[in-house]
Amino acid sequence: MSEHFHFQPEDRPRLDSKFLLRWEKSQDAYVLLYPEGVIKLNTTAAEILKRCTGEATAANIATELKTLFVYNADIENSIYKFLEITHGKGWIRS
Amino acid sequence: MAKDGFEVSLDGQGKPMWLVLELTYRCPLKCVWCNNPLDFDQYGKKELSTEEWKRVLREGRELGALQLGFSGGEPMLRDDIEELVAEAERLGYYTNLITSGVGLTPERLKALKQVGLKQIQLSLQSANRDLTDELVGARVHDLKVEVARMIKAEGFPMVLNVPIFRQNIDQVDEILALAEDIGVDYLELANIQYYNWALLNRDELLPTREQIELAEAAVNAARQRTGQKMTIYFVIPDYYETRPKACMNGWGTIHLTIAPDGAALPCQEVRVIEGLEFPTVREHSLDWLWNDSPLFKKFRGDEWMKEPCRTCDEKEKDFGGCRCQAFLLTGDATNTDPACAKSPHHHVIEMAISKTRQKHHEPRPLVRRQIGAVTTMFMAQK
Repeated sequence: MSEHFHFQPEDRPRLDSKFLLRWEKSQDAYVLLYPEGVIKLNTTAAEILKRCTGEATAANIATELKTLFVYNADIENSIYKFLEITHGKGWIRS
Repeated sequence: MAKDGFEVSLDGQGKPMWLVLELTYRCPLKCVWCNNPLDFDQYGKKELSTEEWKRVLREGRELGALQLGFSGGEPMLRDDIEELVAEAERLGYYTNLITSGVGLTPERLKALKQVGLKQIQLSLQSANRDLTDELVGARVHDLKVEVARMIKAEGFPMVLNVPIFRQNIDQVDEILALAEDIGVDYLELANIQYYNWALLNRDELLPTREQIELAEAAVNAARQRTGQKMTIYFVIPDYYETRPKACMNGWGTIHLTIAPDGAALPCQEVRVIEGLEFPTVREHSLDWLWNDSPLFKKFRGDEWMKEPCRTCDEKEKDFGGCRCQAFLLTGDATNTDPACAKSPHHHVIEMAISKTRQKHHEPRPLVRRQIGAVTTMFMAQK
């Protein structure tokens, strides 16, 4: 695997074009669909990926998520970690 | 795999998440490893109509199917593929076309893009024209490479699927270079699985352990080079594993295949097992076929297991392997897949491997998949 990419607050992550994010009623969850694969997302992951449109900055995303998940004090760190991991998996681009 | 805390594993929750439509067994190629039935030509007159396939699509979506494969034979031989893709897209499937590339003209490719097809899996057999053409029994190598470039030019994500066997495994480097040049997104170097035509030709097709190790090293080197640009999968034959594959992720758990005649199957090869009945979507709803038919209940869960599977602590991981392979190689579908080193029948696998090591191997001809190449008349009634 290539080296980890570290997102900066001003970076604008976007979902890779091979991936399709959508609500799936039968799973009662957001799913990520891609060639020959499906991933069911938990709420936090879905809320972050929904915002990876190439328009919002990582900082914007973090601010919005903080209002959604007020109970999680360390959510900012988790978001950057998530962006890094999913970038490594090829789900999102920087 | 929920290890990073963000993914929730998808076990389907009893839903057939993967639906594969084998639209036809007709195909212009004669691949010697084809996994279609030996009597594939018996299905031509029984193929489902466009309206029948559309009903399958609707009922599949109601059951919770998400990923959809249009497969065959060669699906492009159906002239309603564009119409079916459009219907599938309307219903909310993620649509995959699995093709040899023959029949995928620029016009049809554009039409498929227009109706929303999501991705294309194209097969290629080598990086060498003469070798490909010989292996598939038709002059198609140049066409396939051209189609691959067309697919990328149209902006589709693409999986390049290369079936791997003794005759092409030493050319993994050339295949990798070609795939990089084309710009494929996913390269699958998948050792073939030995059913139907491939099983018939197994002694000539099975690579040696040394060949597999060399190929794997080449793949690992390429992964360093390509990074995220191209994802490379390398699947080794289960004959060289000491544990069986988790076939279909378990019988009747997430996979549903519909054969050209409308038979609902837990996997594409299952008709090799004798004594089973294969009801079709012509007589039954997909709901009944998936949830209640005796076929789908037959090997669901682990009630059916014998020793050593029954008390094995790995049975949740591999589900005892493949029922079809157990039947084909041991005569009893409830036996442990002989690919498992714990199977009392594992010697049949070891024998096949030992043949690859024979110093004075006398090459034998390969049987091509074509009408009349073999007769199945004297096989047991299915």
